[in-house]
Amino acid sequence: MTDATSQTGLPGAQPRKSLHAADARTRRRNASEARFRFFGAAAIAISILALIVLLTSVLGNGLSAFRQTFITMPVALDAKVLDKSGTGDIEVMKKVTTIGYAKVIEKALTAALAEKGIATDGLDAKQISGLLSQEAAASLRNQVLADPSMVGQTVDVKLLANGRVDGFFKGRVTMDSAKLDSNISPEQLELALKMREAGLMSVSFNSGFLFGGDASELRPEAAGLGVAILGSAYMMLIVLVLALPIGVAASIYLEEFAPKNKWTDLIEVNISNLAAVPSIVFGILGLAIFINFMGLPQSAPIVGGLVLTLMTLPTIIIATRAALKAVPPSIRDAALGIGASKMQAITHHVLPLAMPGILTGTIIGLAQALGETAPLLLIGMVAFVREFPGAPPEGFFDPASALPVQVYNFTQRADPAFVERASGAIIVLLVFLLLMNAVAILLRRRFERRW
Amino acid sequence: MSIGLITLIVLGLAVLGFILGRQRALSAVKGDPRTLHSLPGYYGWSVFLFTAVPALLLLVTWAFVQPIALNSHVSAMVPEADVASYGSTQLVMADVRRIADGLDAVARKAGLDEVGLEAMRADLTDMRGRLAEVGVALGSNVVPSVLDAAKEYRSLSGELRLAMSIAVLLAAVAGLLFALWRINPKQRARNLVEQFTLVLLAGCSLIAVATTFGIVFSLVIESVHFFKLYDFRDFFFSMTWNPQFRGGSDLGLWPLVWGTLYVSFIALLVSVPVGLMAAIYLSEYAGKKVRAFAKPAIEILAGIPTIVYGLFALITVGPFLRDWFAQPLGLGSSSSSVMTAGLVMGIMLIPFVSSLSDDIINAVPQSMRDGSFGLGATQSETVKQVILPAALPGIVGAILLAASRAIGETMIVVMGAGAAAKLDLNPFEAMTTVTVKIVSQLTGDTEFASPETLVAFALGLTLFCFTLALNVVALVIVRKYREQYE
Repeated sequence: MTDATSQTGLPGAQPRKSLHAADARTRRRNASEARFRFFGAAAIAISILALIVLLTSVLGNGLSAFRQTFITMPVALDAKVLDKSGTGDIEVMKKVTTIGYAKVIEKALTAALAEKGIATDGLDAKQISGLLSQEAAASLRNQVLADPSMVGQTVDVKLLANGRVDGFFKGRVTMDSAKLDSNISPEQLELALKMREAGLMSVSFNSGFLFGGDASELRPEAAGLGVAILGSAYMMLIVLVLALPIGVAASIYLEEFAPKNKWTDLIEVNISNLAAVPSIVFGILGLAIFINFMGLPQSAPIVGGLVLTLMTLPTIIIATRAALKAVPPSIRDAALGIGASKMQAITHHVLPLAMPGILTGTIIGLAQALGETAPLLLIGMVAFVREFPGAPPEGFFDPASALPVQVYNFTQRADPAFVERASGAIIVLLVFLLLMNAVAILLRRRFERRW
Repeated sequence: MSIGLITLIVLGLAVLGFILGRQRALSAVKGDPRTLHSLPGYYGWSVFLFTAVPALLLLVTWAFVQPIALNSHVSAMVPEADVASYGSTQLVMADVRRIADGLDAVARKAGLDEVGLEAMRADLTDMRGRLAEVGVALGSNVVPSVLDAAKEYRSLSGELRLAMSIAVLLAAVAGLLFALWRINPKQRARNLVEQFTLVLLAGCSLIAVATTFGIVFSLVIESVHFFKLYDFRDFFFSMTWNPQFRGGSDLGLWPLVWGTLYVSFIALLVSVPVGLMAAIYLSEYAGKKVRAFAKPAIEILAGIPTIVYGLFALITVGPFLRDWFAQPLGLGSSSSSVMTAGLVMGIMLIPFVSSLSDDIINAVPQSMRDGSFGLGATQSETVKQVILPAALPGIVGAILLAASRAIGETMIVVMGAGAAAKLDLNPFEAMTTVTVKIVSQLTGDTEFASPETLVAFALGLTLFCFTLALNVVALVIVRKYREQYE
């Protein structure tokens, strides 16, 4: 037996000459080892590359959404046009529509161009005022109605420029594309360039993007995220208020009190399955139960909050149970030993010690809920909402949007300017997620104890 | 009174109850807590719980039951003949609710009081016109019986709302008085409070079961409605998907299932090798520095919401694939395609596969590695011939979990895969999936009685069963495998 193996060796193996010179088989094995290692490194490289491409694509498209082209010029607010009664009565002034204000702006723009000595050959008044956003008149009207004493004076106002002009300065619109565009002409863009040199037009930080409401399809320059951010905040509030106590209570029961029997097994299997149910199914649940059956309003943060609560519960329960499990039994035993009841041992000692872990899990669950889109589409959050929802609790029932849904909404619109808006909204969303995760990491680093 | 206000009042009463209960217990022993059975706070808590919990439970139950009772009562008022003209009871009730809401607005606008509203008659006044003035658009003229039903609905729901407020507040006050009356120094208040809390905790753990029940219930009920209107054989065996909102649509399941499986297959083709190799490299090869950098980087991918991946597919990957692959190869000119969605979804699943595989590879005992190295195997031979076979069941489980994720994923396919239902092999062609169609059939103005809308529930049920089966099988495999090495 031993003779046989020592004589033949492995099939195909040649008698070795030196240990320093690798034979063919060793070389093959080493090459395969190197190859395998290379594949592993390549897999890591691919994942990281994907992350980098993803982030640069979003950042590259979206950062420009935070800057916007504005036209700053003196506007003479003619009392004869804007306040016909001359009494400053706000009700009378409200009767002047945006069309009236558009005329005032048009006049002011022509005057400003003449003053700076910018030639406007070949452009009629309509084309010149076309450089301004259609939203400009409405925003001026709001300013005046907020402060009626402005009427009769000449004030410097900052008005949004048209989305195409904005796109021109950001490189999205070119002279060539303007030739084919019915909304803008190359001559208008020439004028915009001159206005920029004269200091009438400038690109600056756009607070309207963060705090304003959504705008219609024709006015991408005025579209903002204010309603979406507020709606998302309302929903997160509802999720936090409902999911945290319910999740913690359920976990305490399952981890500390529940007897081991078929019934609790069923609950546990249930929870782990719920964590893996596709999110859109929760949307169907919300639509069928909360809207159709209970008659709650569509697009309301309350419905979104309830659906997201049900979705977040499994995450919170799983995290809380892990945190409770991590508290060593000696703590419980010590409390019980000095006469505390089981409930006291848990509420006075185990729960406070598990709190950092619970909060970390909750924040991660909230971050997931914040980015969730699909279920919200089904409960009507895609609707176009311009008005801000009211203050809670009544505001929970008002229509609102949500950040991720707003992104989806922007991508469904035809104007390419909305791609920039959608990417900008994603940046806002990612910043919120980053903050939440940073808080979670901080909590874990600072307070979590290793036993 | 709104539900929020009632809740606040009940909670206020409960806090009052806490203070009163504590005081009553203390005054019963003349301020000497040593003679009480429990700490004084527990007497307060017992009153708090007895005040708040039954009242709030009543509130929630009422909010659930009221719509059912109201619907069945009011829908009985509309005669069969009128129901037939609408198509179904559900549609009638939708109109009844809309008219009832509209009546309030009409009354406010015209300055009518209750009597004036009662006097309105569908055959005399132009109800449709008046409702349209206040922003309630109706599909057809208002039938007298429906208007009566709407009036009844309006007045009944008002009365019920009032009754609910009274009942809930009564329950709170009764609970408060009952618990206060029971307080005496011998009462075992701590045991009572703890028992009560335990029941509450157990109740909370039932919410998970209730959610599952709610999902199954809503999916099954609406699917049954769908199959009443649309033959199930056509749904399960037809090869065309062509919904038409005028009726006479083909709602075959297979084109959607094909698209779903095709996209998921490509996603797994990307994510499984990359994720698995990344996990192997990180656990077997990588040094400390690489690990400290690469692991969090891959985990970031897992934290990015799917809408971001969707946008990535829409504005970057889609146009790139179209301009560099599909058009030069003559395979198509659409930027949304199975390939786009599959690739992006694959990237999304990489961290999922890699973290699951990482757990599983780490669960393989070190002794098996040592044995293999001791026999002279290289690292890659150890991985390929010892670790992977040992971890195989776990890895299969991980792949199944990833597949269930891929099948249920919505935003990436909504934004990347397209909307055309096709049975095609070309990966650069736009195709659609089950989830895309659920979204498109249920968003926008939908009527809940047409098969075109209800089909979304049947699709949802299919999706739910599919992913549930995958999850259960995967969890069983993973659990079995873990036990093997523990």
